[in-house]
Order: sequence, then structure tokens, then C-alpha cells
Amino acid sequence: MTQPNVAIAVQEPAEHPLPRSGRRRRLRSVSGRRRPAFLRYWPQYLAISPFYILFAVFGLFPVLFSLYLSFHRWSGVGERKFVGLQQYKFLFKDHTFYLSLWNTVLIWAMSTVPMLFASLVLAALLHSVARAKGFYRMAFFIPNVTSVVAMAILFTMLFSSNFGLINVVLHWIHLPTYPWTNRPWGIRISIVALMTWQWVGYNAIIYLAGLQTIPQHLYEAAHLDGAGPIRTFFSITVPLLRPVILFTVVISTITGLQSFTEAQVMTGSNAAVNPNSGGPGQAGLTMVLYFYQQAFSYNDFGYGAAIAWGIFLIVSVFTLINWRLVARKED
Amino acid sequence: MLNRLRRAQLLPHIVLGIGVLVSIFPFYWSIVLATNTSRDVFRYPPRLVPGTHLAENVRHVLDSIDFFGSMLNTLIVAICTTTLVLFFDSLAAFTFAKYRFPGRSFLFGLLLVIFMLPAQLSIIPQYLIMVKIGWVGTLQALVVPAAVNAFGIFWMRQYITRAFPDELLDAARMDGAGFLRTYASVCLPMIRPGLAFLGIYTFINAWNDYIWPLVVLTNPDKITLQVALAQLNLGHGAAQTDYAMLMAGTLMAVTPLLIVFVLFARNFVADLAKGAVQG
Repeated sequence: MTQPNVAIAVQEPAEHPLPRSGRRRRLRSVSGRRRPAFLRYWPQYLAISPFYILFAVFGLFPVLFSLYLSFHRWSGVGERKFVGLQQYKFLFKDHTFYLSLWNTVLIWAMSTVPMLFASLVLAALLHSVARAKGFYRMAFFIPNVTSVVAMAILFTMLFSSNFGLINVVLHWIHLPTYPWTNRPWGIRISIVALMTWQWVGYNAIIYLAGLQTIPQHLYEAAHLDGAGPIRTFFSITVPLLRPVILFTVVISTITGLQSFTEAQVMTGSNAAVNPNSGGPGQAGLTMVLYFYQQAFSYNDFGYGAAIAWGIFLIVSVFTLINWRLVARKED
Repeated sequence: MLNRLRRAQLLPHIVLGIGVLVSIFPFYWSIVLATNTSRDVFRYPPRLVPGTHLAENVRHVLDSIDFFGSMLNTLIVAICTTTLVLFFDSLAAFTFAKYRFPGRSFLFGLLLVIFMLPAQLSIIPQYLIMVKIGWVGTLQALVVPAAVNAFGIFWMRQYITRAFPDELLDAARMDGAGFLRTYASVCLPMIRPGLAFLGIYTFINAWNDYIWPLVVLTNPDKITLQVALAQLNLGHGAAQTDYAMLMAGTLMAVTPLLIVFVLFARNFVADLAKGAVQG
């Protein structure tokens, strides 16, 4: 947090640094034999060991093994064949992977940018009201609690071409209807709508918690200086909220670029051949959906592993760029 | 004065009220679709109010998928995962928060790095491990890898550092309590609100998890609710999807968790946001 740091540095007088080490030496000589430090702490190591053991088996080993797999051709049965960098070379030229990257970035940008802005506005409003804060918070959070699968099914029906409510409303207000779920842009917009709806309240609540840490006297000072609400918002609220904004941007980047369930469920119901191909024009094929399709529809584990590493690198680069963009203005 | 205050608050309440309507409306709409017949779904103009055909649609759901079986599986997975996570995470968090031992900061740093690793990097090998040890299609394939996690340890450590004063630790030591004893009879009772938060969080995530169950639960007789719902959506290759039935299934899958959330999550939302701001 970049809150004004008012903590008074309490410095302990550095007196008598010697007795401690002296006592320790004496203790050791009493015990007779030198006991390695880590043996004395065996209950502590035992207490934290489940995480590291499970991680070694289901985390570290798999990550290393997927790197190993990405240099091989393997369908899960039979011989693994070492192919060197061939999978990555193929990935580099794979038009479908680039399409999935393009889809993912489009869907992520179209949902994240307006969503974070709307969240900020909602949070500012929420901060300003005196009553019913708890109710609003709960109501805004409910979309985030419900399962993505269920809501993806519901949104598919809302956007359905022949009976969806969206088209009915468009018809009522004399606007042209659009076959959302049968067109590339339509399917992308449906996914964007679902992701925005599920996450706008979550981010608003995070922003609200950030707003509540901004000291009230700053606003009073701004008011005395004659700053209007818009000016106050951009000169006080946004700068002081920057660490929280950074948090939401990073989380949205990491989760948004790895979206899978929304696309898989919303495009799965009307693709006749393979339900994991991403819908009309493959416009709903996100990177992780493409990974899933290659690895688990086609059992191409080697290429799947290469895609997973590709996604990891892309997400890391995007996260770093966004981090820089938001954090840079801090100084 | 009071009047002016009220007028100033009116506009925010209107905008927030619209926000609430947008948040809630899809649930209302799923109730409307689930309580009307499949033919009503296609009617123009559409019915905007709930109908009377819920029982019939629910029966169709129960005919198409083993709804209660998959719900039981989901419950078993969610409860086992939550119990294990609460125990292992709080024990590790307590250790990291209150004890100094060689390698402590290195191990904790490692935990944060692990926290950042994306899931799909390890999905293929995890699946291969499950094949090797014969756990494909079983529920322990979902529970065991999720039994302890970096997020929970990290969050709990923050919580214990704040909620649990060092003096208590000294007092427990003075009374001759060992490490496990201190954890069980001093730490656990003190961190109950934190456990409630982590428990709800873990339960919701376990209940809603999709990609890993989809990969590893290959036996169609033993699937979780989310996978069953996705199967219902695919319609088993049926010519005409029964949309009212599909909505009834969706509603049945969502309602229990919503009730749990509304009943028990009084402080949950605020805690989650606080963690994000302070973490």
C-alpha cells in the first residue's frame, strides 16, 4: 500500500549482543552432542510438510514432466518419441494457435477494460451511500459464487438466436436482431457478457475495501480547496487506489487469459463434430480450450504440453506488461 | 438538511439498484424458464413470469442424468477437500506465523512462487499420474491434489499473525504445552472466523471446479455436478434439446450453493476483499 507511512520507527537499543550467543554455546555443550538445528524443529517441519510433499508429487514433478513431454511426440500409449524442438516449431507456425491467442486477447480486453471501469464506479457509489451496504455487497457478489458451467448454459440461452431474451428485447425496441450464438463476433460477445457479469461485482467489492482505507480528511481537504467530485476522483481516489487497481489488473490478466469453462460450455452445445473446437469460425476457441482439445480430445500430449508452456510464457509477459503499466505511474 | 441528504443519496441508490437487478436477473430468468414447458421457451412474446411445470422439468432432469448421484459425489469431494484444507493449511500457517526455524523464509518464498504457477502446466502429467496409480475415475483424484494449497496457507498466515498474540504462545509454553497441543487448544479456537472464511472459499471452489473433474472423471457413472450439467447441455446427441429441462437442471445445481452462501457468508465478502487489499 502507498498509504502515508506514519509508523514511528521504534529502534531497539543494540545492547549486549553477546550474551545470547554465549548462552546458546553453553546449551550446546550441556546437551553433549551437537544436534543439527533442523532436528530440533522436527514438529514444525512435519507441520508444513504436507504442502511440500503434495506439491512435489502433483506440482513440481508434473511441471518438469510437462517440459519433458513438450520435447516428445506421445499419445499416452506406446513409445515416447524424442522430437527436440519440433513441437515448439510447429506451435510457432500453427495458425489455429494464433487464432486462439487472438480470440483470448480480444475476449479478455473486451471484458476486462470496461469491467474494471464499471467496478470502480460501482465501488465509488457503494462507498458514498450510508445504508444497505451489506446488502449491495452480497447481491453484487452472488454472480461470482455460482458455477461458471451453470451460468454459461444460462447465458447461451439468453443469447440464443431463435428464442433468446436478448433478441426478444432487441425486437421490442425495434432494433435488428442478431444470431449471436451462430456468428464469430456474436459468440465472443456472449462470452464477454458472461465474464463481465460474473466479475464486475467481485472487483467492485475489492475496490470498495480499498476505498475504505483512504483517510476521510484527504477528501475534506480537497473539498476545502474547491475540487469537484470528478477532480477529487482522479486526483485522490485513483492515485491512492493504485495498489488495489494493480491487484485487480494482475488477477484479471491471469484469470482472463486462461479462460476455459465459459468458452467450452458456450460453444460446446452447437458444434456438431467436436464440442471443443470453439464454435462458429472457432471464434470462441481460447488458448486453454485449444490446449484441452489437443491434449484430451486428440490425446496429443506432447503438443498439448508445448501449448501449455506457450500459454504460460504469454500470460507471464502480459502480466509483466500490465504490472509495469499500472505500477510505473506510482513514482 | 435531512431532505437534502436524502436527495443526494437517491442517485447512487438508483444506479446501485440497477446493478443489483442486473446481478439477480439471470437467476430470475432461469426460474422462469425452468418452471414453464419446453414449448413455452420458444413462444413469442415470451412468458415473463414463472409457470407451474417445475416438477415435470425436474423429473426430466432426473431421467436424463443421475442428478442426486452426481450431487452426492460433489458433496463428498467438497466436504473432504474443505476438511483437509482447513487442517493442513491452518497447521502450516500457524507454524509459519509463530515459529522461527532454519529455512523458514526460503520455504515460505517457495510457497509464493508455487502460488503463481498456472494449473494447465501440470494437468497432463497429473492425469498421467492418476492413470498410473489407478485413480482415474475416482473421487480421491479430485480430493488428494487439492488437500492443501498455497493460497490458504498464505491467507491464514496473515490472519494468524494478526489474530494470535505472541504472549499466548509464551503462556502456552509456560504451561508446558507442546507444539501440537498449542495448535489444537490455543490456536484453533482463536482462529475460528478465519477458518470459516477459508472453509467457505474452499467449499465454493471445490463445488464449482470444472476442468480437472472433466479430465479425470472418465467414468460416466461417477461424475460431479458441473460435469453432469455440461453433459446435460450437450444433450447426449439428442435431436432436440429440452431447454426447460436444461434450465431446471441448472437451477437445481446452483440453488444449494446459493443458499449456503446467503446463510453463512455474512462476513465472507468483506473478508475476501480485506485479504486482497492487505495482501
